[in-house]
Amino acid sequence: MLHIYCPHCCEFREEEEFHAKGQAHIKRPLEPDNCSDEEWANYMFFRKNTKGQHKELWYHAAGCGKFFNVSRNTVTYKIEQSYLLGAEPQPVLDMAKPESGATKPALAVTK
Amino acid sequence: MAQANRTDSGGRIDRTQPLTFTYNGKSFSGYQGDTLASALLANGIDIIGRSFKYSRPRGIVAAGADEPNAIMQVGATEATQIPNIRATQQALYDGLVCSAVAGWPGVKFDLMSYVGKVGGKMMPPGFYYKTFMGPVGMWPTYEKYIRKAAGLGKAAKEIDVDEYDHINRHCDVLIVGAGPTGLAAARAAAATGARVILADEQEEFGGSLLSSQRTINDSAAADWVNSVVAELAERDNVVLLPRATVNGYHDHNFLTIHERLADHLGDRAPEQDGVQMKRQRMHKVRASWVILATGAQERPLVFANNDIPGVMVASAVTTYVRRYGVVPGQSLVVGTANDDGYDAAIAWHEAGRKVAAIVDSRAAADGDRVKQAEALGINVIFGSVVCEAIGSTRVKGAKIGGVSDDGKVLVGPQQQIKCDTIATSGGWSPAVHLSCHTGSRPVWNGEIFGFVPGDSHEHRLVAGGVRGHYELRDCLIEGQNAAHKVAQTLGFEVATPSPVYHVDTQTSSAPMELYIAPHAQPLSRAPKQFVDYQNDVTAAGIELATREGFESIEHVKRYTAMGFGTDQGKLGNINGMAIAAQVLGKSIPEVGTTIFRPNYTPITFGAIAGRHCRDLFDPERYTAMHSWHVQQGALFEDVGQWKRPWYYPKDGESMQDSLNRECLAVRNSVGILDASTLGKIDIQGKDAREFLGRVYSNAWAKLAVGKCRYGLMCGEDGMVFDDGVTSCLADNHFLMTTTSGGAARVMEWLELYHQTEWPELEVFMTSVTDHWATMTISGPNCRKLLAQLTDDIDLDKDAFKFMDWRQGKVDGIPARVFRISFTGELSYEINVPANYGLQVWQRLMEVGAQYDITPYGTETMHVLRAEKGFIIAGQDTDGSVTPQDLGMSWAVSMKKPFSFIGKRGMNRSDPLRDNRKQLVGIKPKDPKAVLVEGAAAVNSRQYKVPAEILGHITSSYYSAVMGHSIALGMIKNGFNRMGETVYYPQTDGSVIEAEICSPVFYDPEGGRQNV
Repeated sequence: MLHIYCPHCCEFREEEEFHAKGQAHIKRPLEPDNCSDEEWANYMFFRKNTKGQHKELWYHAAGCGKFFNVSRNTVTYKIEQSYLLGAEPQPVLDMAKPESGATKPALAVTK
Repeated sequence: MAQANRTDSGGRIDRTQPLTFTYNGKSFSGYQGDTLASALLANGIDIIGRSFKYSRPRGIVAAGADEPNAIMQVGATEATQIPNIRATQQALYDGLVCSAVAGWPGVKFDLMSYVGKVGGKMMPPGFYYKTFMGPVGMWPTYEKYIRKAAGLGKAAKEIDVDEYDHINRHCDVLIVGAGPTGLAAARAAAATGARVILADEQEEFGGSLLSSQRTINDSAAADWVNSVVAELAERDNVVLLPRATVNGYHDHNFLTIHERLADHLGDRAPEQDGVQMKRQRMHKVRASWVILATGAQERPLVFANNDIPGVMVASAVTTYVRRYGVVPGQSLVVGTANDDGYDAAIAWHEAGRKVAAIVDSRAAADGDRVKQAEALGINVIFGSVVCEAIGSTRVKGAKIGGVSDDGKVLVGPQQQIKCDTIATSGGWSPAVHLSCHTGSRPVWNGEIFGFVPGDSHEHRLVAGGVRGHYELRDCLIEGQNAAHKVAQTLGFEVATPSPVYHVDTQTSSAPMELYIAPHAQPLSRAPKQFVDYQNDVTAAGIELATREGFESIEHVKRYTAMGFGTDQGKLGNINGMAIAAQVLGKSIPEVGTTIFRPNYTPITFGAIAGRHCRDLFDPERYTAMHSWHVQQGALFEDVGQWKRPWYYPKDGESMQDSLNRECLAVRNSVGILDASTLGKIDIQGKDAREFLGRVYSNAWAKLAVGKCRYGLMCGEDGMVFDDGVTSCLADNHFLMTTTSGGAARVMEWLELYHQTEWPELEVFMTSVTDHWATMTISGPNCRKLLAQLTDDIDLDKDAFKFMDWRQGKVDGIPARVFRISFTGELSYEINVPANYGLQVWQRLMEVGAQYDITPYGTETMHVLRAEKGFIIAGQDTDGSVTPQDLGMSWAVSMKKPFSFIGKRGMNRSDPLRDNRKQLVGIKPKDPKAVLVEGAAAVNSRQYKVPAEILGHITSSYYSAVMGHSIALGMIKNGFNRMGETVYYPQTDGSVIEAEICSPVFYDPEGGRQNV
């Protein structure tokens, strides 16, 4: 079960409080009526199947009711950071391996 | 003779506390401190089961979680039955009742053994795939016999009388395993002040130290264990969990621990201080760091007939003798490839029984224990292997042969040695299971001939035996170092100097890499050489699998079912991989390993469920009027988590009788429905109106205060997903209603668009579903009824029109009254604060008595709305239906300036094409025939399979007011097929003929709701 940092509550919470909402940063076209079928299909249906670092939208359903983004590695499930909507993830310093005795998980929150 | 195999002294059992237990209906005795396995061995029970496929007799081979054979059904009563208990992990208690699960009709006389004896030829690997192919209808029959033959135990038929618990925990470090490594780690971590959880699957802490003769800091190992445990128990930053198996290592250091609180105390959990104990508890731990100190499990050597009772793992023999005071035989032969096997012989000899020989595959060895064995006068035969066991229901002897230096072929003459027990050691396999659960693959270590944990992205360290570091001092130091590393990382201070450990010296000679003893005959010809006892996988079976083309170890595993048992192949998997590698001519790292998934050992459903069972399985939501419905004998229907009255049967009524009565009451006088469960979302803000226009398909710009409007909500694909009435409370204030089951989803949907796409809109959404009790009065007399209960709402038909709402008082309670109708009749939806709901409802019933007011449930509501052709989102729609498909283009405004959600989707080529399925009325020609919902429509009575499916029935009822059955359904191009006939084949072969018609069956002009 993932341990997810909610950038609104500023706390780690259990995955069961959240709903996963798929790939983040999908922008609704500003003029849907002028979109070709292909453009609309790309917006609606086509998503990346990323192996590695993936930006996802999450909803704190049983918490604050806010949406936010998460940058998560789909291979290791490691979450690099949670960040607010409208922001981009911050470059994070190369996380040392746990064995080397590094650090708590990144809490970088961008406003 | 009682406990013939029990020693007079020694071991950790308490001989002053005898216990009685029942095995297969016969009474036996053991002692406090025994496991069920040690007690069975003490009583000389050789056969404790029959094997899965060949039904060969099997005995206890191991002493821990790796035991594949001794699988018990435990429980004295029907309600306390637990299947699949490993006898090696069940503490003995007085009155324990158990039986062997495998073996039909009984373990001593077993019908299936004749199948086994006729020969393995009849049951090669893949037997089940190859044999039980079809017909499909026979599968349940096959399964019944396979299960019976396979001995999977039986589930209790009565409700478990015990309670189970869950607990959430957080800690700085969770240490898994309380052997020397784990204890040293716990001690070091605790000293820094870190919050420590130490969990171990055994009855007591100590691991290998409990059967060791080593010393630590000049104390006997077991004494050192006692002192450390006492020291840890004193600390309030340490949680000690014995009898607690860490079963799952999940993402982000979330681990599940299965603690058996009372399994060692009795058939059911006893009382403690006047309170019923919980039987088991699941700990859900979020650990900052984890130290895996899970140690290693000994690998047996594979040889011919190695499953005859009396063949055991060497370290298990040592454990039974030293820890439990049980010598499970009279005369022992040890087959080993390392010094550790000598421990079994030394322990056996010291217990006063005969060691016939130690057969060491190495050409020579001079470790301390080798010298000790020779000094004790034990016959040590170097350069040889046990290549075959002699016997049938118990070992009678061992066939010994010289072996080449590489262990691959027999050389020289063979001899036979009489014995009743053969103990073997092929080395150790680190218990890497937990390290794999989050995706890390184990790595082959050629120095220790075993897989060790690979790198992990989790915050975890591994120490001691699980890394292949078996020397006692190394384990202690590694445990301590790991704890210090974690503590420093987390910012705890580590005191210097660190405690020093010194242990008695013990030199060991180099082990030899050996998995399977060669036999004079090739694999396929030799007597069976078992690799996985529980699934009867043999070396020959693995060879055959590779010959049939299954070369990937994952395929070999699945084809042979190696490691598929409840023991997950703890004993045999590495041997199996080594044998696969050998026959494929590859190295073990080239072949690779399968990985392990949770759970490490089987876990009870009780522990998984915890308190989430019976009444607490899922929350139930009740409306404010629930108690009244219960009193009136309503039957309830689950709608999401809500319990809604389904219908209110009167004495002697069938369900259809009740529905007819309730429906006609609404049509002819007045009915009342509890509609409190409808989702209600309060929407405010200066942009609320604009927001509604974007999320609904219809127009909201001109909805005046005091007015209500029905809206359809679509996805971006243009498909309907919810509907409801939204009312304008004030210019910037609306009340939206949603379907009962869709409320949370709609709320999330609105928030999604507000937060991600249109944050510039000033709008606030609040769920107010639970704040209001809603009662719908419907029928021609409802105005008269309401008039008697309100004096400040003008109910005149022109002052308070259809699709208006008014604020006022009903029965003196502030209320919002909505004149909306889901039945097609004159209706008022009365909303009062939930706490007044029951009072107002009862007043409506009281005053309504003169009109014979009739409560009706969801089923009648469904019939009434279907008579009017009103849809239910989620019943008549399935996510592939546009408003146009529903004939509801009137609820879509293509002229709105903002491209609302769904607009572009509706204008894709597919929703615009001809011949889409459209919602129409379906009227069976036989007025009594009620179509089954989901029934498929075809064009002809004489259809041929595969027939073109025109659509399906979405709603179907008998309509009392119409006097015939009615249905709604999707039909291709249905709007243009009015009056045509379609056919619905039924499961019994008959066909129901029906006419396509308007979905509005009753009052097509719609006059009744406007009166």
